[in-house]
Amino acid sequence: MSIVVKKLVKKFDSQIAVNEISFEAKPGKILGFLGPNGAGKSTTMKMLTGYMKPTSGDAEICGKSILTDELAVKKLIGYLPENTPLYNEMYIREFLNFVGETYQIPNLKNRVDDVIKKVGLTAEQHKKIGTLSKGYKQRVGLAQAIIHNPEVLILDEPTSGLDPNQLAEIRTLIKNLGREKTVIISTHIMQEVEALCDEVIIINKGNIVANETLQGLKEKNKTASLEEIFRNLTSD
Amino acid sequence: MYAVFKRELFSFLNSSVAYITIGIFLLACAMLLWFFPETSILDYGYAELNGFFSLAPFLFIFLIPAITMRSFAEERREGTYIILATKPLTNTQIIAAKFLACVVLMLFALLPTLIYYYSIYQLGLTKGNIDSGAVIGSYLGLFLLGNAFTAIGIFASSITKNQVIAFAVAVFLCFFTFSGFESLSQLFEMQTLGIILINLGINEHYQSISRGVLDTRDLVYFITFVLLFLGFTQLAIGGRKW
Repeated sequence: MSIVVKKLVKKFDSQIAVNEISFEAKPGKILGFLGPNGAGKSTTMKMLTGYMKPTSGDAEICGKSILTDELAVKKLIGYLPENTPLYNEMYIREFLNFVGETYQIPNLKNRVDDVIKKVGLTAEQHKKIGTLSKGYKQRVGLAQAIIHNPEVLILDEPTSGLDPNQLAEIRTLIKNLGREKTVIISTHIMQEVEALCDEVIIINKGNIVANETLQGLKEKNKTASLEEIFRNLTSD
Repeated sequence: MYAVFKRELFSFLNSSVAYITIGIFLLACAMLLWFFPETSILDYGYAELNGFFSLAPFLFIFLIPAITMRSFAEERREGTYIILATKPLTNTQIIAAKFLACVVLMLFALLPTLIYYYSIYQLGLTKGNIDSGAVIGSYLGLFLLGNAFTAIGIFASSITKNQVIAFAVAVFLCFFTFSGFESLSQLFEMQTLGIILINLGINEHYQSISRGVLDTRDLVYFITFVLLFLGFTQLAIGGRKW
């Protein structure tokens, strides 16, 4: 198991954003993290990546606790945050070099060349990030997440706002990454779940309402339509 | 940590912010010291730089917050802080890197003013008739004062995502710690409280170092001051909900 989440709780003042959720994720599988807006998907991801401290509970990434081994955990994770925040005034290469340096990657120049090729940024590599279109920015975000070849990839809505061509390309990329790594992606798009995910977790108001393989989920709910299952499980 | 330091410094140098603020600082210095008759060194007639060293802190009150205001505020506004925070870096490293980048920029602003020293050195009746020891002490004092202001600026930037607010808060705190304590102490003249208040202010220690005597008490004061405000920054960053 490369991700083990144990009774993770996050409270904001009196509001409970994530309520004692527990789940596991294995390498070589893509886990889809679904839920309506405000369900606690991003909050969970922020806790796993060390951006926020959980109110209680714990999680282990490749056997290392997010509470006691923060720096080691951060080295194991590649994270694409929601809305892909990037330093707009930097050049693509400059930015990837910077990210690589924070991980102290040896042979950084070759590695930067590799990821630029891998995410399909070769033609744009000398541009400033601020001048790129949404799809290319998303690729830069993905490139910075995979630059240190992490065991675990956490991608928060990696395909929002892309056109159909870009969508297909990014999905193929994620699918390829998912062969060896543990990947968690969050999304609202049900076709994406069908196309990408092996396992599905549906979360509603901070609680897990389903945690199954894609096939198992359909059989259990006696319907092939994920959208219907999603609405049944998350409407009040 | 070096990566963050480098990124911060280059992002200053690649934007016009650094050049414009430093340029305005130098322009203001030059005008006040060499052109405006009331404060002009040439009209003053003595071969010394005291005019510069009593003026510079007040220019720093505006220059340094202008440099530091973006360091955390901009990251918060743009949401980019999450990138930094999820890299294998501790908060302390991030704060130290940003602080040092601003300090280096402050040094860039200070460096060209060495030409004033050279000018006075050459212009003195009997060349070289300037108290170099006092100048060195004053530069050291100014550098330490700049460090204290930078720490204030970094802190102010960490409590808001609005750069204008960060600037205003930093200017106020710089002004207050520089001369506010001293003015306040006049309320309690000849009392222990008055002496304590004077010693809390930056100006007292700055003047003391400027006299050319490096007292460990002053050094300890400035180091404590910087660590205190960087510690506050740590608290502000650590308790984030953004």
